[in-house]
Amino acid sequence: MNRPLIVVLQVAVLLGGLLAWHLAVTTGIIGSPKQLQFFFSTPQQVLLRTWTDLAGSRLWGHIGVTLTETLLSFLIGSLGGIGMGFWFARKPTMAAVFDIYIKALNALPRVVLAPIFALWFGLGIWSKVALGFTLVFFIVFFNVYQGVREVSPVILANARMLGLGERQLVRHVYWPAALSWMFSSLHTSVGFALVGAVVGEYLGASAGLGYKIHEAEGVFDVTGVFSGMLILMMVVIAIDFLVGLAERRLLHWRPKVATE
Amino acid sequence: MMKQQAIRFDGVGIDFALAKGNVYQALAPVDLAVADHEFVAIVGPTGCGKSTLLNVAAGLMRPSSGAVSVFGRPLSGRNAEAGYLFQQDALMPWKSALDNVAVGLLAAGMPRDDARARATDWLARVGLAAFAERYPHLLSGGQRKRVALAQVLIRDPKILLMDEPFGPLDAQTRVIMGDLLLDLWAADRKAVLFVTHDLDEAIALADRVVVLSAGPAARVVGDFPIPLERPREIADIRDNAGFHALHREIWRTLRLEVQQAYAQGAA
Ligand SMILES: Nc1ncnc2c1ncn2[C@@H]1O[C@H](COP(=O)(O)OP(=O)(O)OP(=O)(O)O)[C@@H](O)[C@H]1O
Ligand SMILES: [Mg+2]
Repeated sequence: MNRPLIVVLQVAVLLGGLLAWHLAVTTGIIGSPKQLQFFFSTPQQVLLRTWTDLAGSRLWGHIGVTLTETLLSFLIGSLGGIGMGFWFARKPTMAAVFDIYIKALNALPRVVLAPIFALWFGLGIWSKVALGFTLVFFIVFFNVYQGVREVSPVILANARMLGLGERQLVRHVYWPAALSWMFSSLHTSVGFALVGAVVGEYLGASAGLGYKIHEAEGVFDVTGVFSGMLILMMVVIAIDFLVGLAERRLLHWRPKVATE
Repeated sequence: MMKQQAIRFDGVGIDFALAKGNVYQALAPVDLAVADHEFVAIVGPTGCGKSTLLNVAAGLMRPSSGAVSVFGRPLSGRNAEAGYLFQQDALMPWKSALDNVAVGLLAAGMPRDDARARATDWLARVGLAAFAERYPHLLSGGQRKRVALAQVLIRDPKILLMDEPFGPLDAQTRVIMGDLLLDLWAADRKAVLFVTHDLDEAIALADRVVVLSAGPAARVVGDFPIPLERPREIADIRDNAGFHALHREIWRTLRLEVQQAYAQGAA
């Protein structure tokens, strides 16, 4: 595929979209521009607001809070998920007993937990970390659990024949297998950590990107809402890029998938 | 006194439990012994139980009846004297070629630097000095088999179990790998139990060729000494007059079993 051409086309789609938005809300072909702009703002205003926000310092504070919450819930959730996944995979009785409860807990829509967490952990960052944790934990848990259980029996038998004892099997076989599964879910789990943070902020907080969007909605500041969403998207793309880099470093022993 | 026996099967039978309480008898009681320093090849139709026999020798599977002894001692649990080259790829994909080869030494408690130095040496012996840092998925099938061979031999096991180690390789590579194996083996002549479906290969490599019958209830139906002199050169061995006579004789036995296996739809 022709890479530069793709980029040009991507930019063209973006400009086309912005242009359509601009024309729709300023020319009056679908209705009164004044009314439409109240509901949909305009590209210039949104970009301008984003630009001034990024130039100021308050927004960076919000971004910092959201990123802190994301990072904490990712780290704590991953550690919990790895530990628990590992443990369950090596203790089938344990897994059999708790299986149904884990499924039940995972089936719960996390949004309903937000008010409880706010009650328990206050309106600061920890209620958001708790919400993110409930999302990240299960993803990492299921991946690690499956990863450890599905280690190829031939690789295991080979390792045993090479003289590896139980503890060495953990270190040389189970652990790398579990980590590789965890890393392969990195995009999803980091994404969910961010979702937890933003949703938590949205539902009750005094700082963070979710709070900022909520605040703008409260005063019908559509420009502020769109600009907040734009910044959120940029943050997500930046994080995703970093995760991609990390993944390439950590999983370099893996065969590349054909599409790359 | 008889030569010491490295591994010995006494009436070893294997039954697999199938669904609905059915039982599949894979091996009828088999008696077989491999003397120390002896290279024994096993041939037999596909599905007859060759891998099963090796798994029993490795101690990965308990026989349903009979017993296995290793250097005169009854085997229970993993066979610590044996190195096993599996039929399938068994390298750890997350370790480089070097680390794969070194892992057995690490497990035995050797310090990391020493283990890696020895592994580097072994990779050179199997002709892969330049590939030490490669991960298995970046190696060819033949290269992976060489790494696996080094991984097993570096621990210096007294018994070598090999399950169609060159099975998936092309004809030229098989010859090269066979020569490499004979070279390495000549150093200390470990006891070898070598499974193959290639009769030419069996005769070229082994001191004895054992023929297993078609399953179920496979048993030993032929045991042929191979008196060709060593050192042998696999590519040239077909020019040896004795080779053809041996091949004809063993094939007479093997063919019947292969035909029977086909008739049963095992292949
Ligand atoms: N776990 C099992 N349960 C039931 N049957 C089994 C099991 N493992 C192997 N078998 C059967 O035992 C027989 C012997 O299998 P084995 O893998 O030892 O054959 P093989 O001689 O190594 O064949 P090949 O040359 O194709 O590798 C086969 O018929 C197989 O279907
Ligand atoms: Mg087999």
